[in-house]
Amino acid sequence: MENHYAIETQSLGRVYKIRNPGKKENKTLTALEGVDLQIKPGELFGLLGPNGAGKTTLIKILTTLLAPTHGYASVAGYDVSKSPDDVRQRINMVSGGESSGYGLLTVRENLWMFAQFYGIESKEANQRIKTLLEIVGIADRANSRSSNLSTGLRQKMNIVRGFLTDPEILFLDEPTLGLDVGASRDVRSFIRRWMDDDPKRTLLLTTHYMIEADELCDRVAIINKGKVLACGTPASLKQSLQKDAIFHIDLDSPKVLVESVFSILPGVTSVKIHDNENKTIMDLVLDEESALANVIATVTSQGAQIVTLQKREPTLEDVFVKLVGQRMEEVEHADAPAS
Amino acid sequence: MAAWLGWKIESNWTDPFLFTIYSIVKPLAAAMILVVMYGVITNNQFGSPVFAYLFIGNAFYQYVANVMVGVSWAIVDDREHYCTLKYLYVSPISIPYYLMGRGVARVLITTFSVFIIMVVGVAFLHIPFNPAQINWPLFVLSLVIGIIMLAMLGLLLAGVTLRMAQYSFNIGDSVAGALYLFSGAIFPLEVLPAFLRPLGYIMPISYWLELIRRSLVGGVAESFPTFAAISDVNLLLILAALSVLFGVVSVWAWKKFDWEARERGLLDQTNNY
Repeated sequence: MENHYAIETQSLGRVYKIRNPGKKENKTLTALEGVDLQIKPGELFGLLGPNGAGKTTLIKILTTLLAPTHGYASVAGYDVSKSPDDVRQRINMVSGGESSGYGLLTVRENLWMFAQFYGIESKEANQRIKTLLEIVGIADRANSRSSNLSTGLRQKMNIVRGFLTDPEILFLDEPTLGLDVGASRDVRSFIRRWMDDDPKRTLLLTTHYMIEADELCDRVAIINKGKVLACGTPASLKQSLQKDAIFHIDLDSPKVLVESVFSILPGVTSVKIHDNENKTIMDLVLDEESALANVIATVTSQGAQIVTLQKREPTLEDVFVKLVGQRMEEVEHADAPAS
Repeated sequence: MAAWLGWKIESNWTDPFLFTIYSIVKPLAAAMILVVMYGVITNNQFGSPVFAYLFIGNAFYQYVANVMVGVSWAIVDDREHYCTLKYLYVSPISIPYYLMGRGVARVLITTFSVFIIMVVGVAFLHIPFNPAQINWPLFVLSLVIGIIMLAMLGLLLAGVTLRMAQYSFNIGDSVAGALYLFSGAIFPLEVLPAFLRPLGYIMPISYWLELIRRSLVGGVAESFPTFAAISDVNLLLILAALSVLFGVVSVWAWKKFDWEARERGLLDQTNNY
């Protein structure tokens, strides 16, 4: 119980057993492996990773919805496996990209009911509902049945549901998934404001949007295939690439350029080549700038022409590429079932 | 709060007038199917004690179908339809109490349905029903114990539903359908083959329906041999004992299935049926 972390995990793991028809033994799928995290009270902590990385599994374990198969996790000082009721007194959760809610109830009724479940006095609940609906811009839909709301508006209602109870620790699982650009921006600024309003609040957010993690989070853990690959402030993660030289090159190439031709060149840490609207784009990380000459020579020898060449500051995407060897988008496509 | 939600879900899908019509017509239509079948088979022997036995048993069996299945159906509804079960689990409420609350609306609606059916039965179908001869204390006590017992069985069923993410849509109706045959609702247990009768004797629903019949139309109940040798008080004690037994089993089973559902990640698993 004595624990000064808002959230702590030690060697946390989760293995799913999957039925294997016709076989005696079930298949297993490792969703999380050896996750060690320490999140302090007051932190806005981000879990950044592609779809299927294990982010939702981790949130489900921390919110007591799923039992871990290995290791230990505590929230607000309580073991999630042994004291789920104590944990539930102190948390709330919102999952993005879904349309949950009682469609027959109005927006206000849905929110009011959940406030009652958390023991919030009715008058106070109504006041909070009014304020929060105004902040997320759906105050005019308070008396609409939630079944009549679009998916985006319903998601906003759910975001209000999460903040309404003013939890000690809030879990947001891809909160802006499926929202348009403007709505996502509003939600992000509201999250930041909510955190700034009370330094005791802790928020764990999962996302696969780099900008969200970079813009919002005090610290970020990069997660892929169930493992935490790196953890730190966005600045410190990017700082780890500071000694590298990062270039973005737009090319006009008559033939497909192959990454392996470039990755074997001396001084090349990573190279990613992809096509975008009749252009070939090369993202390059070099040990030192002098290696660029070799790359340019090779580009020319392949019959390609450099349209623009830009040296830029490292991003979290670069950090991810360096750690995983692929861009997040590529990881998601590689893991998607073949259609 | 859960009762309020249950009432909203049960009643809020249409305007109050249509809901009232629906609440009257639906149970009557269901009862009339049985009445017509009985009339055809027996050449309209509606004055027979067999008819009163069947009619009352069938009317009150609605509590079994609605309360027991209603409590467990909240799991399917919240997990699959509204996708709110995980948010309820994350909240500080007690899920078993919440499920019971959801069942309260069903109790109210069922009570209204049973009342309508009984009124029609007495007014048009010669059910020998005399308010002055009703054993009201026995009736009220039996009804209350019965509803609590059904809610506890509902909790058991809810646990099974929680644990069986797939096919959970069918569990409630399947169990209610099976118990209809093994609880003496429409025919005495003696009609069943001997090897199936123990199923009826172990179910508290059988004793509950017998107590309801005895308290409402004592003479009719005495025409059937199943529990004739057992006094009202003993029957009530058996009902209470079996209710406690099933209640304890239900709480234990709920805890077990709840834990297993958490272990297997079933609390928010949807099948998109």
